[in-house]
Amino acid sequence: MEPTDTRQPDYYHRVVDCQWACPAHTDVPEYIRLIAQGRFGDAYLSNRASNVFPGILGRVCDRPCEPACRRGRVEDKPVAICRLKRVAADHREDVADRLPTPPAIKNGKRIACIGAGPASLTVANDLLPLGYAVTIFEQWGLSGGLMRSNIPAFRLPADVLDEEIGYILGMGADLRLETPVTSLKALLHDGGFDAVFVGSGAPKAKDLRVPGRDDSERIHSGIDWLQSVAFGHVKKIGERVLIIGVGNTAMDCCRSSLRLGAKQVSVMARKSREFFKASEWELEDAESEGVRIVVNHSPKSFVIEDGKLTGMRFDVLEYDLVDGQIVAERKVESVVVPCDDVILAIGQENAFPWIERDVGIEFDKWQVPKIDPVTFQSTRPQVFFGGDAALGPKNIIWAVEHGHQAAISIHRFCNGLAVQDRPARGVTLSSRKMGIHEWSYKNDYNPAERRLVPHVALAERFRQIKIEVELGFSPEQTALEVQRCLNCDIQTVFTAPLCIECDACIDICPVDCLTMTANGTEAELSANTKAPRRDPDRPLYVSAPLKQTGRVMLKDEDLCVHCGLCAERCPTAAWDMQKSTVHIPHASTDGIPCEPQATRQSA
Amino acid sequence: MTSITKPKIAHPSLPRNELGLTRRDYEGGMSTLCAGCGHDSITAAITEAVWGLSLRPENLVKLSGIGCSSKTTAYFVSGAHGFNGVHGRMPSIATGANAANHSLTYIGVSGDGDSLSIGLGQLAHAIRRNVNMLYVIENNGVYGLTKGQFSASADVGTKSKKGDANVQTPVDPALLALSLGAGFVARGFSGDKKQLVPLIQAGLRHPGFALIDVMSPCVTFNDHEGSTKSYAYTREHYHAAVEADYVPRAETIAVDYAEGEALVVPLHDGSEVRLRKLELEFDTADRAKAYSYIDAKLAEGEYVTGLIHEVEAPEHELHAVNRTAAAPLNTMPFERLNPGRATLAKLMARYR
Repeated sequence: MEPTDTRQPDYYHRVVDCQWACPAHTDVPEYIRLIAQGRFGDAYLSNRASNVFPGILGRVCDRPCEPACRRGRVEDKPVAICRLKRVAADHREDVADRLPTPPAIKNGKRIACIGAGPASLTVANDLLPLGYAVTIFEQWGLSGGLMRSNIPAFRLPADVLDEEIGYILGMGADLRLETPVTSLKALLHDGGFDAVFVGSGAPKAKDLRVPGRDDSERIHSGIDWLQSVAFGHVKKIGERVLIIGVGNTAMDCCRSSLRLGAKQVSVMARKSREFFKASEWELEDAESEGVRIVVNHSPKSFVIEDGKLTGMRFDVLEYDLVDGQIVAERKVESVVVPCDDVILAIGQENAFPWIERDVGIEFDKWQVPKIDPVTFQSTRPQVFFGGDAALGPKNIIWAVEHGHQAAISIHRFCNGLAVQDRPARGVTLSSRKMGIHEWSYKNDYNPAERRLVPHVALAERFRQIKIEVELGFSPEQTALEVQRCLNCDIQTVFTAPLCIECDACIDICPVDCLTMTANGTEAELSANTKAPRRDPDRPLYVSAPLKQTGRVMLKDEDLCVHCGLCAERCPTAAWDMQKSTVHIPHASTDGIPCEPQATRQSA
Repeated sequence: MTSITKPKIAHPSLPRNELGLTRRDYEGGMSTLCAGCGHDSITAAITEAVWGLSLRPENLVKLSGIGCSSKTTAYFVSGAHGFNGVHGRMPSIATGANAANHSLTYIGVSGDGDSLSIGLGQLAHAIRRNVNMLYVIENNGVYGLTKGQFSASADVGTKSKKGDANVQTPVDPALLALSLGAGFVARGFSGDKKQLVPLIQAGLRHPGFALIDVMSPCVTFNDHEGSTKSYAYTREHYHAAVEADYVPRAETIAVDYAEGEALVVPLHDGSEVRLRKLELEFDTADRAKAYSYIDAKLAEGEYVTGLIHEVEAPEHELHAVNRTAAAPLNTMPFERLNPGRATLAKLMARYR
């Protein structure tokens, strides 16, 4: 194999699994170290630079970072990355004066954002400091989009939302509440905007068209019902509630029902647990509150007696599985489950009744606009999409990343530059060696197990819908949990010409990830690693030929715990521990030269 | 000295031996030797070899004297018995321990100073007595612990770190052992575990005294240009004459080999060592030929490595010569160990 080109920014980035997995590429190890040092404000700002809403995401993020966490490979449980983010947000000092500020003189460009959800707010956050005038149109009376309307307050308190959205509005965004955009054509024609960003989400619930669907008022659509609860329009529900569907919306519906007076709540799933869409921790939280999760029940009809909903009929199914895939299903019996209310939470989709089909935006056969997945530009160059509106329902952290990318595109578009040319990522490395046996990072492996976040007592949490269930880590828990991070961004950097092939690094490596062997094809090298290579998709580092024997040094990045022993035991400093900083471009770092600003005199 | 503790965490798919243990279970304390020391590689090779033989840690005895090399017994198999003796006196302790209990496996680790200077007489007599043990000499040509003076194994003409050339003739441990009649003589290099691990396994299984001279560069005081014991020089001048492969008992039937290519040395427990000659004129069974071959190669500046000489069923093993009891002394009842006043008096009477 050719020597690995570690100057490629993605090589070391991939080693930092959490950061690589995060759609917005949050620098996780860095902020965890800052928390360890008690620098909560710095940790918060490090987060905010990439994910914009640390307080919100520290509570309700989908956490793609945690399944990716290396700790979860060398032990059972990953680092509680998400809950540490909340620690940074909860304990930060006032950071208001350290946030980006808009310039006093604007650049004269006007941007419209449709919907006040996370995608639009991210676009505003990225463009306001560059001098753009950003107007956000929101059809409802509150900002935040799905974050406020679909996530119950017991998981995400309103004041957390208000504060973090407030930072962006404080930069001078023009938020127009209760101002639905009813015609894109009119907005484009009369609005005077240089670019339009559509971040209107996926507001249309999927319906369950089975007999009886239209015969009762007590059959609710999940996201609409959650919104009514959030806005205070719905304050109670029947004693027996069935939730159809088993995604995260279903989890919010069942737990909200318990807080509005339901005594018996069942989540009805069509398949078995391994096919559930809800995150494992949301399922656990719901079950701990007494929600019953019923598997293998396929809804067939609503049972209406004298115009009143009394139950729902299900087919009980049995599945044949091969390699985790369903190959056959059988009906075992038909049952009626009595209930007072049914909430449908079987998914949602985007809908654009307000976009005229002749404004130059092409739609596909499912009536979804055609969007470039890199630039988020539609077929009408001036119009960009992001969040659930762009590529269908995902989650908040993806909406934030779409917002960042759309902001880069809009910034380039408004400066007359090609939107397809994306600013490049970069990586810088700096040694952590302080002296003999001294490293400027804590590399002792702490065998502590993952800490569990304390919760409000069960009886207490049903008293009021707004009581936040999770309390956040205690200082003692935080102090231990931060030590579980393996500092994957402190990279093992190899300089082949220095190596004297003494084997010291190979002998000391606790997880046997190093090998010296004759060069060959990837298959040959993989067969010769000291410990079996478990995952061929993980990076395999191949050095340049070594001086004395011409062999190569191999490093399987899979299980390296970044303890630094290879560098510590290396007599020639051929191995060094160097911190990698991945530079993720945003609109503000694109390096587009400022246009000459119109001064008062020239204007 | 390393400031970081080695994490207990291990690769989840590490292979397990017959006892269900992984290589990590055979580790010892953290090395306090210089980073890059050849001795640490030998430690790793011993760990691997002992693991591969599925030896019970409590059935292994580690013995050493004084010196950098002699520290290394603390760095492998922490569950084994250990004795760190005075300078150069490890062979006596090994002889005594072996005399008292020959059901254990003995491994002595020593250096060129401990074995070829202060302890040369001790080593010579352990070989003569044919003590059943593996004796590893970690040979780097300098006294590392006292900052790099030439040792008794330094080659003529090799340069010290300050630039002085050595003029005294070296003691070669392999030639020494051959001339004293050792039944198992091998040479290895710390930088070649593929060769070293089977040699250690074969040495541990050899039913008599086994000596392995391991070239083990001193990274701090003897790894410069002009040294004949540096990593670079050793790599250029080591010369593998015989490739040894230790085959465990369970695999002896399964492994197939072409006749003439391999020479099989069966060991008493059913396992065997397979030798593949890389040099046609070389014959491990013939002591005189082996001696003259490596002596001639040394004159050319080449170190012959691999299994140099092995006697299949060595005679005059310590216990055979002394006709000692088969059972270890610690398993004998007090009455047998102590014959009593009357028997003692009778014995003494013979000398009056």
